[in-house]
Amino acid sequence: MIGPVVEWLTDPANWEGDRGVISQTLAHLEYSFIALLLAALVAVPLGLYIGHTGRGRVVVVSAAGGFRAIPSLGVLFIAVLLLLPRLSGEAAFEVPSLIVLFILAIPPILSGVYSGVQQVDPSARDAAKGMGMTGRQVLFEVEMPCALPLIFSGMRSAMLQIIATATIAAIVGLGGLGRYLIDGQATQDYAEMASGALLVALLALAVDFVFGLVQRLVVSPGLATNG
Amino acid sequence: MTRTTAFAAALLAGLTLSACGGDPMDDSGGSGDGGNGDGGGGNGGGAVTVGSANFPENVLLAEIYTAALKGADVKVQQRLNIGNRETYIAGLEDGSIDLIPEYTGALTLYFNEEAEATEPEGVYTELQEALPDNLTVLERSEAQNKDAVVVTSATAEEFDLESIGDLEPVAGDMVLGGPPEWEDRYTGVPGLKEVYGLEFSAFRPLAAGSNLTAQSLKNGQIDAANIFSTDPAIVENDFVVLEDPENLFVAQNIVPLITTEANDDTVTETLNEVSGSLDTEVLTDMLARVSNEGEDPADVAQEFVEENMG
Repeated sequence: MIGPVVEWLTDPANWEGDRGVISQTLAHLEYSFIALLLAALVAVPLGLYIGHTGRGRVVVVSAAGGFRAIPSLGVLFIAVLLLLPRLSGEAAFEVPSLIVLFILAIPPILSGVYSGVQQVDPSARDAAKGMGMTGRQVLFEVEMPCALPLIFSGMRSAMLQIIATATIAAIVGLGGLGRYLIDGQATQDYAEMASGALLVALLALAVDFVFGLVQRLVVSPGLATNG
Repeated sequence: MTRTTAFAAALLAGLTLSACGGDPMDDSGGSGDGGNGDGGGGNGGGAVTVGSANFPENVLLAEIYTAALKGADVKVQQRLNIGNRETYIAGLEDGSIDLIPEYTGALTLYFNEEAEATEPEGVYTELQEALPDNLTVLERSEAQNKDAVVVTSATAEEFDLESIGDLEPVAGDMVLGGPPEWEDRYTGVPGLKEVYGLEFSAFRPLAAGSNLTAQSLKNGQIDAANIFSTDPAIVENDFVVLEDPENLFVAQNIVPLITTEANDDTVTETLNEVSGSLDTEVLTDMLARVSNEGEDPADVAQEFVEENMG
């Protein structure tokens, strides 16, 4: 097994061109980052609100937890079949894929943000109020910076899941590293499948590493306890 | 009883119960669908056991064979939804089944990887040569279920399309949809280019056998699609199957595959009559009734036999 996989990975023809590794990786990253951004746009404000005010915690968190149980493949097919008559061209396949990844990313980001805000040292909050800060000032200038390690942890967890799951976009004819899994299976080229799986794992690790570097830069040194 | 003991007992009970379920992959256990009449078991006293693969068209064909043979007073048992070719050929070899509806092109390739013929008669001859001594095929039907290039009736009208070659001037503005393996397979994008000169603007790989290809064709995400020629979606959406005069797609005539042991004159005559009455259009219509309208294949088969046979 290792022999054919190494052969596949070291063949330059597999790296160049529209169907090559570089193009597919870029497509994969494109879908992943867009999905992460969309999920963050919704989950971060929501998480900040819940963490800061403590309101709606049970309802929202249970609902988000329910999102984790949603079967990605099922949603993908249903969304595609619903949108095929309504969207033209590739959008009919791209939008459903993004919807699936969006649903997948919300729970980790949401829980990271709200638990991060919640666990902020009460004395820090107290001190801020004592200094005369308004609620909003407390949130953005004290709570959020203190919550950054957990927020990052949520984002990294979400990104990992997104990158792994973005492979399903290939089932509905889109690009990304999932193409090697689907095409390899169709032509019974197991070296291609295994290589694709390996590349997805490597990509996930690489992106996580980069996020880790950003975290080092952004998070205040006084908080940097876990990576 | 302590909690630990109770828990361990429950776990043990659960494991024991699940072991009683039997192996769902066990084909010869007689637990498959369609134990018609005499139920599981071997070939009792001249009865012919009809098998089928696990997709609706093959089940329908098996029901037709069953109905026809019963009409000729032959004892019939059924063992439907067996699985893929490797599995049911093994069933023919060991006597669990005697007869199964098959497709000439694919079956020939199964026994002879070097098979070359593409049109119906040549493929049938090569098939007869390739079969082992204990198996034989009866007369082939005109009905075929093979790969086809399909367009919407609107597209066909707009560009005056009847055969695949007619796509040549307009393919550059069209998107072709098909299963992922079509991208590199000869009976796919490369073959369409070589044999018919077609160069599409893009190829969209979509999961084969799912409704996705038909829906994408219907809604315009793709302009031409690879759909099997008897797929009910063709009838349902009024698609047009383009003709393949150069036989890029190997002929897949429907043919009864039977063990020489179980074959006799009555069986041969009856099944030849069935094959003579079947053509692609008739089969597609029947399949549409089963898949789109939910009719019972056994009923549809019975009707076919009564209408077409003596």
